[in-house]
Amino acid sequence: MNEEDELTKIPHEILEEAARAGMSSDEKRRSGTFYLIDQSTIYSKVNETFKGKIELMDTKIALQKYPWLKEYMWRVVDREKDEFTKKAASDFNGGYFMRILPNVEVTFPLQSCLMITEDNLEQRVHNIIIAEEGSKAYIISSCVQHYRASKASHIGISEFYIKKNAMLNFTMIHNWSEQTIVRPRSAALVEDDGTFVSNYICLRPVKDVQMYPEAFCNGANSKVSFNNILYGNKNSLLDIGSKAVLNEKGSKAEMISRAIARERSKMIVRGLIDGNSQECKGHLECRGLLIDDESLIKSIPELIARKKGAEITHEAAVGKISEKEILYLMTRKLSRDQAVSLIIRGFMDVGIMGLTQPLSEQVDRIVDMSRNAS
Amino acid sequence: MDILEVKDLTVRVKDKTVLDNISFGLKAKESHILFGPNGSGKTTLINALMGTLSSEQKIVSGKILFSGEDITGKGVDERSKLGIFVGFQNPPEITGVKLADLLKLCLGKNVKYRFSEEETKLIEAFKLTDFLNRDVNVGFSGGERKRAEVLQMILLKPRLFLLDEPDSGVDVESLRLVANEIQRYIESAESSALIVTHKGDILEYIKAKHACVLLEGVLHCFANPKKIYEDIKNSGYEACVRCQEVGTEKW
Repeated sequence: MNEEDELTKIPHEILEEAARAGMSSDEKRRSGTFYLIDQSTIYSKVNETFKGKIELMDTKIALQKYPWLKEYMWRVVDREKDEFTKKAASDFNGGYFMRILPNVEVTFPLQSCLMITEDNLEQRVHNIIIAEEGSKAYIISSCVQHYRASKASHIGISEFYIKKNAMLNFTMIHNWSEQTIVRPRSAALVEDDGTFVSNYICLRPVKDVQMYPEAFCNGANSKVSFNNILYGNKNSLLDIGSKAVLNEKGSKAEMISRAIARERSKMIVRGLIDGNSQECKGHLECRGLLIDDESLIKSIPELIARKKGAEITHEAAVGKISEKEILYLMTRKLSRDQAVSLIIRGFMDVGIMGLTQPLSEQVDRIVDMSRNAS
Repeated sequence: MDILEVKDLTVRVKDKTVLDNISFGLKAKESHILFGPNGSGKTTLINALMGTLSSEQKIVSGKILFSGEDITGKGVDERSKLGIFVGFQNPPEITGVKLADLLKLCLGKNVKYRFSEEETKLIEAFKLTDFLNRDVNVGFSGGERKRAEVLQMILLKPRLFLLDEPDSGVDVESLRLVANEIQRYIESAESSALIVTHKGDILEYIKAKHACVLLEGVLHCFANPKKIYEDIKNSGYEACVRCQEVGTEKW
């Protein structure tokens, strides 16, 4: 496919599929929009109001345009890490390059969609996101499989650079299919007073996702949050971790995971906070709800303290929905089903993700749609 | 006719009898006070009436009638829809469910509903406006929990409500607020009440003519609340045991 100049030229069914994973076709409410379908970028456009404030283009084009970008390729993600990074290093289809220029505050989110429409495709993307000094932005990244394709695999490399005083809130929504294998490999570098929020939402069935994004808080008072809302159904295997390395004074990490497992799904929720500086602080929270006896939730928190004064804590609870909570809601005229549904809905609270109000409402709607569909 | 009639009710937890063949009635449009020391079976009685007994607690005999209808086998939500409410002593924390949403559900609306001016004022009167966007009971103090329970009660408009120790673990100001609202509701809705108290602090605010004492699963001494309270204060629950004025339906 060639790159389109208007969103309306993209087939309606593709836009519709993407909308279910958070993409908006109203470009006025987005600062920039990017579409990569199968193996090529078909659309990348910055909203008129944000021209000169942000940059958005295919990674391959960006590499030609900016020779310095090579320095950012494979800098935080190790290309020798595993077979998937090696594959992506040998050849890749493209990906998005996003750059928020210094001191720019992007009021509307940037959005990107990586979609698979062909059967048996192996999609390999490499994304680079740079939040320059003092910038502030929200990104929503949707990974979608078209209903036409049943079986596929996705390898996604993402490297995030959060410079001094910058804030980046990145929300990734996955809508794959029951026979798809997904291997994102991401890492972030956070400088002085920088903040990186990484949200991950996976609500649709998928064969197997394994990821363990890392953040290196190398700057003083740098902060990272990893938040996951995971809904495992129909035999899904989700092995989701996150790692934060607190290398500088005052650096902080927070990880919150909410996992629901049903219909023979298996979920492993990992987390590692490495306190490698004085006065660093980290907290990890994992809560899991098991809906039936055929599924499994395993929480594996790891805390490391290497310097005096590192304060790393965690709390985890996995199990079934509390009968006491159900009965309580039933005393308020709710049926058992309504009570269970309300508790599950509350459990998948996107309020943990630090999103803007409209984005939060939108993600809320996606959660509701998936829940009703299952 | 009594709004609630309990006939020969026995509840066991495993081999232990917690409520032993008790019978009593609650009068329509009146308040009743139930005294009893810790572990006497007060909370079990409330749970039996509401249908919220745990899986280990079993009704082995007896009947519960509400407005003449046998509700012994009915589900919690059915009882709630018939007009029975329970305010818990220790309501559970429900992560992710906002107090505002729960209040809307109590009103029979969905979560998109916007509170009317009157409802907004009521929430303010209960000093819960700042709690609307917080998860139900999560991090609430004792007084905040009780205020939230009684507010839900008023929104649900029950014909009979059961309150389990509304005066325990509450600051003086919250107690006054909650108790005054309860009394106002009783009068305006012509509702009946069964209020369990351990300490009796709430008697100062609630106009009740009837009271009794639950001791080791048996009801004693159907009498005036203030008289019973004075006796308990002066002589302790042991005196009630010695007195052994066991009775049924004496109100």
